[in-house]
Amino acid sequence: MNDLTEHLRERVLAAATDRKPLRIRGGGTKDFYGNAPSGELLDTTGHAGIVAYEPTELVVTVRAGTPLAELEAALGEQGQMLAFEPPHFGEATVGGCVASGLSGPRRASAGAVRDFVLGVKVLDGKGEVLNFGGQVMKNVAGYDVSRLMTGALGTLGLLLQVSLKVLPKPAAEATLRLELPQDKAIEMMNRWGGRPLPVSATCWHDDLLTLRLSGARAAVAAARAKLGGEDVAAAAAFWDSVREQRHAHFTGDVGGSALWRLSLPSRCAPLDLPGAPLIEWGGALRWLTFDGEASIVRAAAAKVGGHATLFRGGDRSGGVFQPLSESLMQIQRKLKRTFDPQGLFNPGRLYAEF
Amino acid sequence: MGSQDEHRQLAEAEIARLIDGLRRILPPQALLVEREDLVPYECDGLTAYRQLPLLVALPQNEAQVVAVLKLCHELRVPLVARGAGTGLSGGATPVAHGVVLSLAKFMRILDIDSVSRTARVQPGVRNLSISEAVAPYGLYYAPDPSSQIACTIGGNVAENSGGVHCLKYGLTVHNVLSVRVALIDGTVVEIGSGALDSPGYDLLALMIGSEGMLGVVLEATVKLTPKPLLAQVVMASFDDVVKAGNAVADIISAGIIPAGLEMMDKPATHAVEDFVHAGYDLNAQAILLAESDGTPEEVAEEIAAMCAVLEKSGATDIRVSHDEAERLKFWAGRKAAFPAVGRITPDYLCMDGTIPRKHLAHVLTRIAELSEEYHLRCANVFHAGDGNLHPLIMFDANVEGEVERATAYGGKILELSVEVGGTITGEHGVGIEKVSQMCVQFSKEELAAFHGVKAAFDEHTLLNPGKAVPTPRRCSEYRLTGSAK
Repeated sequence: MNDLTEHLRERVLAAATDRKPLRIRGGGTKDFYGNAPSGELLDTTGHAGIVAYEPTELVVTVRAGTPLAELEAALGEQGQMLAFEPPHFGEATVGGCVASGLSGPRRASAGAVRDFVLGVKVLDGKGEVLNFGGQVMKNVAGYDVSRLMTGALGTLGLLLQVSLKVLPKPAAEATLRLELPQDKAIEMMNRWGGRPLPVSATCWHDDLLTLRLSGARAAVAAARAKLGGEDVAAAAAFWDSVREQRHAHFTGDVGGSALWRLSLPSRCAPLDLPGAPLIEWGGALRWLTFDGEASIVRAAAAKVGGHATLFRGGDRSGGVFQPLSESLMQIQRKLKRTFDPQGLFNPGRLYAEF
Repeated sequence: MGSQDEHRQLAEAEIARLIDGLRRILPPQALLVEREDLVPYECDGLTAYRQLPLLVALPQNEAQVVAVLKLCHELRVPLVARGAGTGLSGGATPVAHGVVLSLAKFMRILDIDSVSRTARVQPGVRNLSISEAVAPYGLYYAPDPSSQIACTIGGNVAENSGGVHCLKYGLTVHNVLSVRVALIDGTVVEIGSGALDSPGYDLLALMIGSEGMLGVVLEATVKLTPKPLLAQVVMASFDDVVKAGNAVADIISAGIIPAGLEMMDKPATHAVEDFVHAGYDLNAQAILLAESDGTPEEVAEEIAAMCAVLEKSGATDIRVSHDEAERLKFWAGRKAAFPAVGRITPDYLCMDGTIPRKHLAHVLTRIAELSEEYHLRCANVFHAGDGNLHPLIMFDANVEGEVERATAYGGKILELSVEVGGTITGEHGVGIEKVSQMCVQFSKEELAAFHGVKAAFDEHTLLNPGKAVPTPRRCSEYRLTGSAK
């Protein structure tokens, strides 16, 4: 339970004076993600603690260095959760969770990290402490900088504190499994998505479609009966393996192979790429191991209106995120300059240009 | 009523060049320059502020919008985009030496994808007409601001509009997948996509709720939600607003997220009951409306749970809608709250602060005290689930000094919202109405960051100038004179 704002501020001011970039790091569980980190290490893990938690307000305010597991445990005691089910990949911190913007299995039904971020306190590149958003559910005062910070990989500022919307845990859950080929599974996930069914997660892999239902007891039971399939034993462990990428699709004999994350419109037919993906989010997220040319994956994703990220491994020298159009890049460069005029925070982590 | 920050005046020759240029771009009927044609555009839903624009452009296609923007950019003429003009914060109030860019003619639904559950629409499409168009597929567009029969998607994107169902289904920002935007220099960019996320910074989040200050929305792709099989609403009466507020917390504590959770105080229910005869309990100090939706089994379970909680929380009367007609009747009162109050007073100002719900009792008490102090009546409707409070301050603009008193009273309520850890606006936007109170909510450095964001899109501040983000000068003036009033 420490407030290290002053210490962190001094570090940023010193970096600004010396013009020495900083590499912001929480648990370091996502060092692999994004372009290679560089700069002098700035550890945020000491700046920890839950600042305020009001279960009846559905809001928690927490310092960035707080372990994600600790936050989830505190919410769990009140029967609440982070509905976007962020991955941990180890001893992750809340700051890293928000900065990476990664969401888990429940994302397609519940929303992403950015959908639950209500407010942030950040240190900008001039060492100023700035507050955006707040601790309330609805807030349209000023531009939505809190969501802009989400997924920015720390390149716009050092996250000191975030306020998140939390939700009650569902009263009931059930997981079932059906045998379906990829194209059929995509079709069914989209069809179910258009019906008032309490589907809270989907995962297709190796001709098996696993489906989680969450909600009121009666709703889960009714949907369970309607959808058929086999009940899955140890369902929690299964969804955990998808969320934490311990599932065989991610850990098999892939070694240093390139793991691609393809974010696509959910209805897209199976892509014409070698190898079979693991599919989540009702078809909108596809994980593929592919060691060929990056441009092939990027083109395939772009053609159907999506984008591809080189998530883990592979040749990362050409940048891991889908390149932006010049107009969008220009806006992003200017935003970077606004919050971090000297380019101190995580240079190049998101795009080499900044 | 503080004056807006002064904008550049245009010389006669510049105006002539502008009109000449616009005549080349637009057909004659799409350019309004005569005073009588401009009057309908002098204000939006915030009628207390009026300003005639220099002219109004009503382009019919994207190429015309782009050409108008390029011309205004080249001539450095300010420009205010406008949808249906239903906004309540003056976000579409014209600037004297500027163009109003009406998107009223962009009324087409371009594509409905029932499989992906998305619809691509032009900005002038009305909120409700999306739900109507996709109803045959068992889908609807979830955000439902009270003005949904009239307000447009372009305006919803600009304001990040909410509604009575956003606790469960989210705001505009949660329900829009992408926007096609024209920047001030005429560049057209796609922000977001049909996928659930995009590479780089989340510009979509920045664009939504940006009050027309970053770009002009040309198209929006919205997410559609499966229509629940059934919805039912519980109406509970309370003899004390504090008990009603606590009941809201009790429902949330029970692990229930109602589809809608609304509260109205006695002045509000009385105004509404005279108008729409929704069957509200007129003896109650407050009523709560709590909706459940989903499968019939789910709704039965949740309604029973909510009734049990409400009873324990001290409700004096509990009624459950028996059928769809009754459900709509219960809601009709809430949805008609603003016009109902409009019937009993010549003018009213609608506030929009959001507060942590635990401070509800304190805030309502202070609002009542301030009502005495300013000699103005006030009715309260409250999106109770998410803490968004709409005090409706009643006044008569024809009585000397009442506009000023109402504005000052409203300002106090906004400052009170900030004081208890809330915000000056939950869903209506800052516009020109609350621009001074931004100085209370944000520091000099935070406001500078907002100006930086603005400059990343519009360095000459031509899009909707003077709105949403106050200049440092305005704040120092406000701090000297305004907040002490």
